[in-house]
Amino acid sequence: MSNTLTESGSRGRAGDKVFSGIALFAGCLILFVLFCVAVFLLWQALPTFTADPAEITGGSGFWTYIWPIVIGTLIAAAIALLIATPISIGVALFISHYAPRKLSQGLGYVIDLLAAIPSVVYGAWGMTVLAPALVGPYVWLAENAGWIPIFAGPASQTGKTMLTAGIVLSVMVLPIITSLSREIFLQTPKLHEEAALAMGATRWEMIRMTVFPFARAGIISAIMLGLGRALGETMAVAMVLSGGGLIASLIKSGNQTIAAEIALNFPEAFGLRLAELIAAGLVLFVITLAVNMVARWIVSRHKEFSGAN
Amino acid sequence: MSKRIDVNDLNVYYGNFRAVEGVNINIEARSVTAFIGPSGCGKSTFLRTLNRMHEVLPGARVEGEVLLDGENLYGPGVDPVTVRSQIGMVFQRPNPFPTMSIRDNVLAGVKLNNKRISKSDADALVEKSLTGANLWNEVKDRLDKPGSGLSGGQQQRLCIARAIAVSPQVILMDEPCSALDPISTLAIEDLIEELKTEYTVVIVTHNMQQAARVSDKTAFFNIAGTGKPGKLIEYNDTPTIFNNPSEKSTEDYVSGRFG
Amino acid sequence: MSQTATRTPSPLRKNTLTKNQLPKWAIWAVLAGSLVLGAAVSSLIGFHVVGWALFSAVIFVIAGFLVTLSVEGERKAKDRFASNMIYAAFIVALVPLVSVIWTVLEKGLPGMTSNFLFTSMNGMTGVVDNETVENGTPVLGGAYHGIVGTVLITFWATVISVPVGLLTAVYLVEYSRGGPLSRGITFFVDVMTGIPSIVAGLFAAALFGLIFGPSTRTGFVAAVALSVLMIPVVVRSTEEMLKIVPNELREASYALGVRKWRTIIKVVVPTAISGIASGVTLAIARVIGETAPLLVTAGFVNSINFNAFAGWMTTLPTFIYRQLMNPTSPTNIDPSAQRAWAAALLLILIVMLLNLIARVIARLFAPKTGR
Repeated sequence: MSNTLTESGSRGRAGDKVFSGIALFAGCLILFVLFCVAVFLLWQALPTFTADPAEITGGSGFWTYIWPIVIGTLIAAAIALLIATPISIGVALFISHYAPRKLSQGLGYVIDLLAAIPSVVYGAWGMTVLAPALVGPYVWLAENAGWIPIFAGPASQTGKTMLTAGIVLSVMVLPIITSLSREIFLQTPKLHEEAALAMGATRWEMIRMTVFPFARAGIISAIMLGLGRALGETMAVAMVLSGGGLIASLIKSGNQTIAAEIALNFPEAFGLRLAELIAAGLVLFVITLAVNMVARWIVSRHKEFSGAN
Repeated sequence: MSKRIDVNDLNVYYGNFRAVEGVNINIEARSVTAFIGPSGCGKSTFLRTLNRMHEVLPGARVEGEVLLDGENLYGPGVDPVTVRSQIGMVFQRPNPFPTMSIRDNVLAGVKLNNKRISKSDADALVEKSLTGANLWNEVKDRLDKPGSGLSGGQQQRLCIARAIAVSPQVILMDEPCSALDPISTLAIEDLIEELKTEYTVVIVTHNMQQAARVSDKTAFFNIAGTGKPGKLIEYNDTPTIFNNPSEKSTEDYVSGRFG
Repeated sequence: MSQTATRTPSPLRKNTLTKNQLPKWAIWAVLAGSLVLGAAVSSLIGFHVVGWALFSAVIFVIAGFLVTLSVEGERKAKDRFASNMIYAAFIVALVPLVSVIWTVLEKGLPGMTSNFLFTSMNGMTGVVDNETVENGTPVLGGAYHGIVGTVLITFWATVISVPVGLLTAVYLVEYSRGGPLSRGITFFVDVMTGIPSIVAGLFAAALFGLIFGPSTRTGFVAAVALSVLMIPVVVRSTEEMLKIVPNELREASYALGVRKWRTIIKVVVPTAISGIASGVTLAIARVIGETAPLLVTAGFVNSINFNAFAGWMTTLPTFIYRQLMNPTSPTNIDPSAQRAWAAALLLILIVMLLNLIARVIARLFAPKTGR
């Protein structure tokens, strides 16, 4: 009598092996692709670092070329976050804790849709609607607050300035931060909220006592995601900002971001200029990577306290 | 259609933790054997080792041997998949496949393995299995409806039908009634009584009355304390275990003094 | 018992539960006052509707705080202030978003003609546009080539991303047991989520440039760039969906003697398929509007190109960008603007449609659980 337990299709076993092999291969492919991203960008950017500094745009080496646009990128992202963060959190709170239930579901859906609007549309809106509308306020700012360096005049007559770009970016990241924060606010344990209300807390005190502590890590990671998007966003800046050298005033033409610099110059670039732009892309990659790392580090540090796993 | 199980000196480990220690037990063919004992005593873990389902959990492994009519389940070259097609299992909570109809659920074991089966054979198998699980009359008019639309007790009988459709030698049941109401429980218990004419049935239960009602033999498992491995304390005919146990802890447990 | 409790305060005449509370009308009175005051202040510096709204809002928030502070106390006042700020944030957020949608509708609708949808920009020069403006005839030329390009490039990106993303998620959820490899993949998928889209474009351009010579620009290069953006989204959403498939179903399948790979293909994935499909649809919606990576990988043309593997390609987003930034006729930019906004409207419609489809899929094909 043959052993009934050892007979059985070896075909089935082979199927298991093959399938797990394919799945493993797909996973490794992702690692490989990322490795390629890093290697190819480095390889193509290499001429920038070996070339004669005088041949680099600006005439004095890569770092002199890159640092103004790095600062420009950071300024744009900072403006975007300064505007978007408080508003997003307010909107998220409105949807999760203030609006009537029926309304809030619809609003959540609308916010998700807004997050999906392509960036080029925001860019188009920024250059045709927002920029002209802001010329007046900029002129007023230059006259009345010109002594502050960031509002130094004379104001741009097209409205295509760093501040406009920052505002457009803030409109773009607002749905992202809002929709992530809203999800976390809604996850606050009902028991905690009711405990706070039962102690006689007002709605705002309840939010400060239960919702914010619970959601802190989530809010931070939402902001960081928004920051990542603002740093890497290309089109809005490319279309809204008439770029130039680094200047302090946010209401004059000038400044530039890495992403926009690449998009505007890449189509006509070749040779060393191409290498420069790829090197700039590498710098942008490193910056966003660092932001993501910091975000993850903060989240992991706060995780144990918030209970938001 | 039914085989006996002999377990020799079986130890079960989760990583470095020994969950079950030194079990020796002989389970007769065509009988109902009940495993009873307090929570965490390793009876479910042990049950899972009888068809190698414990291997689904990472880090679980066994020492010792489990013989199905003299063939070691853990012998070299034995495929756990083959073991499981001969030793079926019914779980604590009914788990019909939500994407499949009642009919497809019954045929799942056949279809998922891509075996060719003619429509008439399939119909016959569905009817036979559902009849065997005492469910045919309740669902014969809605075989194409999703299985998750049934009541809890019906779902559990559907799961039993699904298990017997692959014509196993042994059916393992892991607390099959713990998620059911009393009437559904009664239906399952009646079914177990019928199943034993064709299958070897092993059932884990928390409910001592249930063990007394349905089983021919009963095994009592216990642990000395948390962090200690579970052990088989006593194994005997069911009336003996409940009326005249030889161990003190068995008597304490069946008379409701702990557990 | 309860009788006495309700009776005790009655001799006082004034209910202790309602003392120190503002009447309902008070807040409306504050609002009216703020509107009047706001109008006054804004007319001091030149009346403007926006200025009026802004000043009124600021005054309302401050006055509301002060009035509540004087009657109901500090805690209530803070609560009122916070509520008002939150309502204000909501309104402030609404303004630009409504403006964006309004602009797109207002400027895009007139351009949504069959001519726009079914002709390309082939042969359209500044001269044509100038004549259009001078004669007042309908705008010629359209975005057909952009629609073709968008569909083809997105199709290829999906063909690359979905198998890779799906299988990776299967590996992470079903096969890996938390080893260093799976942690590495999870980490780098996270890193990929953060890659700026322009960098993804640069990568594809650099990759193909290295293999096929510099400045290789085709639809397929763009598809590769978009895949880099799409794969992490697919992995993430599929992973989430596979994780919520109950383990009991896997065990039920194993207990029937079904092999793991068949269990995954026939039980786990079908149970999660609605979530996976909706995740994939959302991923498509995310990349279909990408502009920056296409600028550096697919180039720009005015004619229709059906071949993703040769020649430059235009997509809707790059079409919008070029029409606005480099109008066909530099002297008469209106026809170009009209085409751009019509394309923007079309693009938004596509994205919204994809989002809607994703929701419908998630709802319709969700496995029927419960009774």
